[in-house]
Amino acid sequence: MTVETKLTMTEQDVRSFSASHSEPEEFTNLRVQALAAAEALPLPKPDKTKIINWNFTDFPVHTVESSTYASLDELPEQVKSIVDTDQKNLYIQHNNTPAYISLDKNLQQQGVILTDIQTAIREHGDLVAKYFMTEAVKAEEHKLTALHAALLNGGMFLYVPKNLAIKNPVQAIFVHDNEEASLFNHALIVADKGSEVTYVENYISTVPKAKGQANIVSEVFAEDNASVTYGAVDVLAEGFTTYVNRRGVAQRDARIEWALGMMNDSDTISDNTTFLIGDNSVGDTKTVVVGRGTQKQNFTTQVIHWGKNSDGQILKHGVMKDSASAIFNGIGKIEHGATKANAEQESRVLMLSPKARGDANPILLIDEDDVTAGHAASVGRVDPLQLYYLMSRGITKQEAERLVIHGFLAPVVNVLPIEGVKKQLTEVIERKVR
Amino acid sequence: MSTLVIKDLHVEIEGKQILKGVNITINTSEIHAIMGPNGTGKSTLASAIMGHPKYEVTQGTIELDGEDVLAMEVDERARAGLFLAMQYPSEISGVTNADFMRSAMNARREEGNEVSLMKFIRELDSKMETLAMDQDMAQRYLNEGFSGGEKKRNEILQMMMIKPTFAVLDEIDSGLDIDALKVVSDGINQMKGENFGCLIITHYQRLLNYITPDHVHVMMQGRVVKSGGPELAHKLEAEGYDWIKAELGIEDETVGQEA
Repeated sequence: MTVETKLTMTEQDVRSFSASHSEPEEFTNLRVQALAAAEALPLPKPDKTKIINWNFTDFPVHTVESSTYASLDELPEQVKSIVDTDQKNLYIQHNNTPAYISLDKNLQQQGVILTDIQTAIREHGDLVAKYFMTEAVKAEEHKLTALHAALLNGGMFLYVPKNLAIKNPVQAIFVHDNEEASLFNHALIVADKGSEVTYVENYISTVPKAKGQANIVSEVFAEDNASVTYGAVDVLAEGFTTYVNRRGVAQRDARIEWALGMMNDSDTISDNTTFLIGDNSVGDTKTVVVGRGTQKQNFTTQVIHWGKNSDGQILKHGVMKDSASAIFNGIGKIEHGATKANAEQESRVLMLSPKARGDANPILLIDEDDVTAGHAASVGRVDPLQLYYLMSRGITKQEAERLVIHGFLAPVVNVLPIEGVKKQLTEVIERKVR
Repeated sequence: MSTLVIKDLHVEIEGKQILKGVNITINTSEIHAIMGPNGTGKSTLASAIMGHPKYEVTQGTIELDGEDVLAMEVDERARAGLFLAMQYPSEISGVTNADFMRSAMNARREEGNEVSLMKFIRELDSKMETLAMDQDMAQRYLNEGFSGGEKKRNEILQMMMIKPTFAVLDEIDSGLDIDALKVVSDGINQMKGENFGCLIITHYQRLLNYITPDHVHVMMQGRVVKSGGPELAHKLEAEGYDWIKAELGIEDETVGQEA
């Protein structure tokens, strides 16, 4: 049975939302066209997860008004702990409201742009027009990308000019504390030629339940010889239907590294795709997941090689407990002409209870002879010989399991560049696997 | 003084009987060596003492100061004072050697009375120096990518940090070159004393040039067939095992054969 989707937002609603943010006409048109397309377009088809009956379209309200933070002291405690004291480059969004922003003065003077997405749409129209849903994610791909473009109501924009290396990470925190809120957030990150930046994103629900949609898109552009490190810790509440699409485009000699800690309590469909367009480009994806309760999740990670001598690495480690289920699709795709490309992937799932389900599904699609590729996948329980070894040193079974699980998820924890965020992810893992 | 008493121990693995009545008594301050050719049940004895999940004790007892060791879980055995330096230690990704050893030490202490970080680091540094280990091995993941020799040293390092009452060393000498062998022996000799007893399992006499055992036992066909003092090890080194086989009328010394 197909559910007929009737959208809760009309063209008029979209136009008036766009007008209230003084968006340029082209952007209003983009929204209106996307809205019309959304009615007809099909849902995406994440391999091995049937989402036809999931609710991606209903939500109580499109936008909620929340307070801004005059200083970091006003942040909720949970949020305060993930901001390091010397964190200079910071964007905080409170539900749908841009609530706090700071950027190192020197970086401002050198041309770095860090702003909320609405301001970017108004004030940096050329850059937005060039990169926003043109190359990495397209509005007309499927119903959810179209809805995203039509209903976008938050997010941030980061631009790093040519040959500038930003030493300290840029952090974006999306605070969710209103059950009614929906998050149609877009993060647009452009690292111009020869630049370097580390971006860390936090999605954090401080309320236990949600009623809305989380339809999140990130687009990362690493121009020639640029390097982007993208860390994320998602901790969204149960009740959201989460669609999160994070994609990167790497040009010649560019590098994009992802470290994603996907700790949502909501049902989640995640697409993480890296396009290695330029020769010698590198895409490195690390994802860790903990599923619990009756959560259903699908994590599709793709690296698509166009550039010669491009290198793609995928690592995915998932821990499943209770009756949670998750599919881990890893796709390494090498296009014709991408000679000397290398596509490697490793997917491992640890099952902590007999009712949990996990499926590691490695796929290599290769249309070129002169390449190297490899994959490893496993689904299983905590190795009894590892437990025996740890216990033979006096460590209790419970603590031994804890050590093995934290070790298993360490590849992402260890590479997160902000201490507070690293600690937060460790604590979330602790809480979720307990 | 503590005593570990193994009586009439029978052990099976996957339905196959390996040990057929082993008797050994070890006191603290004593070093025992178990020797014997391959396939005679030496490592099975070590695994059974520690409680390896695949080994099933079908008969007999192991007691530590009168406490029933076989009724204890693996971690309880360790906290009661037993230690096994394993022949094939597990690799555990993402857990650093140092964090693991601190967890092991703290597992023996009450909550709130954990070993202080400074004291731990000082002790770890000095023991690693004794064992000629690179300092960076503390921060490497537990046994991951360690060479054979590094794993052996790491087992001895753990023993020195944990300070068990009784340590069983399962072929700690195999795959070690002569320098490493000396270093590992130094570590073991440092542990000697009235609060430490040791059971060394080996099939080479070589290790016993550096650690003098008080008692030597020979295993064949899943039993201890001969016991003696250090002179027994020397005789085995000089003459091999054939004279024992002849004396006892054994043709094939491996498990599964009968005298």
